[in-house]
Amino acid sequence: MARTRPHTARNRAAVGFLLPFCVLFLTTFVAPICYAVHQSLFRVERKGALGLGGETEVFAGLSNYTHALEDSQFLAGFGRVLLFGVVQVPVMILLATVLALLLEAASARGVVFFRTAFFLPYGVPGVIASILWGFLYVPGISPIVEMLDGAGLDVDFLSDGTLLWSIANIVTWEFTGYNMLILISQLKAVPDELYEAARIDGANAWQVAVRIKLPLIRPALVLTTVFSIIGTLQLFSEPLVLKPLTGNIDTGYTPNVHAYNEAFGANNYHVAAAEAVLLAVVACVLSFGFMRLVGRRGKVGDE
Amino acid sequence: MSAAETTETAETVGTGAEDAAARRARRRGGPGGAPLRFRIITMSLLTVAALYFLVPVYWLLVSSTKSSSDLFGTFGFWFADPRPLEYLGDLLTYDDGIYLRWFANSVLYAGVGAAVATLLSAAAGYALAKFDFRGREAVFNVVLAGVLIPGTALALPLYLMFSEVGIANTYWAVLVPSVVSPFGVYLCRIYAVASVPDSLLEAARIDGAGELTVFRVLVLRLMSPALITVFLFQFVHIWNNFFLPLVMLSDSDLYPITLGLTSWQGYADRQPLLYQLTVGGAFVSVLPLMILMVVLQRYWRTGLTEGSVKS
Repeated sequence: MARTRPHTARNRAAVGFLLPFCVLFLTTFVAPICYAVHQSLFRVERKGALGLGGETEVFAGLSNYTHALEDSQFLAGFGRVLLFGVVQVPVMILLATVLALLLEAASARGVVFFRTAFFLPYGVPGVIASILWGFLYVPGISPIVEMLDGAGLDVDFLSDGTLLWSIANIVTWEFTGYNMLILISQLKAVPDELYEAARIDGANAWQVAVRIKLPLIRPALVLTTVFSIIGTLQLFSEPLVLKPLTGNIDTGYTPNVHAYNEAFGANNYHVAAAEAVLLAVVACVLSFGFMRLVGRRGKVGDE
Repeated sequence: MSAAETTETAETVGTGAEDAAARRARRRGGPGGAPLRFRIITMSLLTVAALYFLVPVYWLLVSSTKSSSDLFGTFGFWFADPRPLEYLGDLLTYDDGIYLRWFANSVLYAGVGAAVATLLSAAAGYALAKFDFRGREAVFNVVLAGVLIPGTALALPLYLMFSEVGIANTYWAVLVPSVVSPFGVYLCRIYAVASVPDSLLEAARIDGAGELTVFRVLVLRLMSPALITVFLFQFVHIWNNFFLPLVMLSDSDLYPITLGLTSWQGYADRQPLLYQLTVGGAFVSVLPLMILMVVLQRYWRTGLTEGSVKS
């Protein structure tokens, strides 16, 4: 891009354009993080016999963090979302990629219909999708369970062993189309001549897809994967909505559910703050780690 | 004709019908002129996927016409005594029409939130793309890091902060965080780099236009495809958001529709009518967004990765 000479009036304009966003960004992103870090370093101390002498906040060092990290339920929740992510994210991204490539290759009638059909679930809020799939999982109301039963298959979607994957199915259903759309928009940005050249060189559809299209949509693949990793760590509404339907979801099913219950169930804001900080740290470590792993920082600084 | 197609066609020789069909398919030309076998596989896979994505929506449509007892007593994939208007009436009048109130709240949160977020993102993205000032890259990198922060990790401390200044459990508690979209700034920046020519800006300035006029008249117009994309993404993001309002709001009059329906679902085992209302309410609530997505489909495709490839 062209660089113009620094100019006071122009600098003032730049500040004017940036300021409203930056003020709100500081308020709703930077300040909460600082506040959470601060809160996580204190604890409430009750004075007097029976703790009736009032409360004071005292510096607690890292004790809230050790408390959180020694909580086996919190750790189990982390383990659960990591397992979830290791399986669900690749499956969903693979599915999105295959659908994007098929839609690109088909270029026949019906493409608009299929694209819309795949994308439609993205317009269904996570909680509504969970309510919806919940009805499709519960025996007695679910036509799917009824049909499987009729075929002699006794399937329990909400058992201890299957529940996590039933949730994975809800998330996959919701977001595959969204990820597919991001991949398609990057595919569309690839000049057609590139495909033509490859075809003339004797590449078949499969080779064009794997050797040319996949490397070209790599930035979009990285982007969608990073977003999916962050989304996985935030898992909340699906287990919350399914909770009344099954006894297999405890108050620490995911780290987020645990932090929420810690704050609003146990009124233990300081530990909840420590858990929120841990969650953010893990999210950043995993997303940066992934971007490192794939060798470049996504599309950042691509211009 | 490409070499690949020749081999594929050679393979299908043998059954005359297949051969003819392949030739017909090829004659349609373009990249769609792939061999018949390939097209059949593609179409079958696409159809299976479409079934997966649409069947739950179909179930919701069918079930929204059922009473609570029919929900449990009849086969889920087919209608039973549909009385959509009566049930719609039940939905809209229950609890003094609280459903409509939730709906209006969602429209307010998502509409106002996304509009303000788009404007703020456009201004910030434009400044980061077209002005040269010290610390520009630092600002951009901090904003980008914001994309990686899980929103739910922010919601809890934000609630504590908002409680202290007394705006928890108000419209502001949901609206203020909703107008900030780091991803929107990112999109606007790459789009501005790619689609707002410096020469045009210079020309406008030489003509005596002030910076604000340049932005309002020229930049916003040039960036409009990206702005619609940012607006749509933010609208859906706010509309679908559950954790933030859950944490912030305790007064059910302020609930968006996601929170309201979940509260109904939670009470349903005590009051069976709520099963019918939850399912019907869910169906009515997803309609506007689905219509929005279908009608504005082309905007979901543009702007997203623009610039990253062009430059």
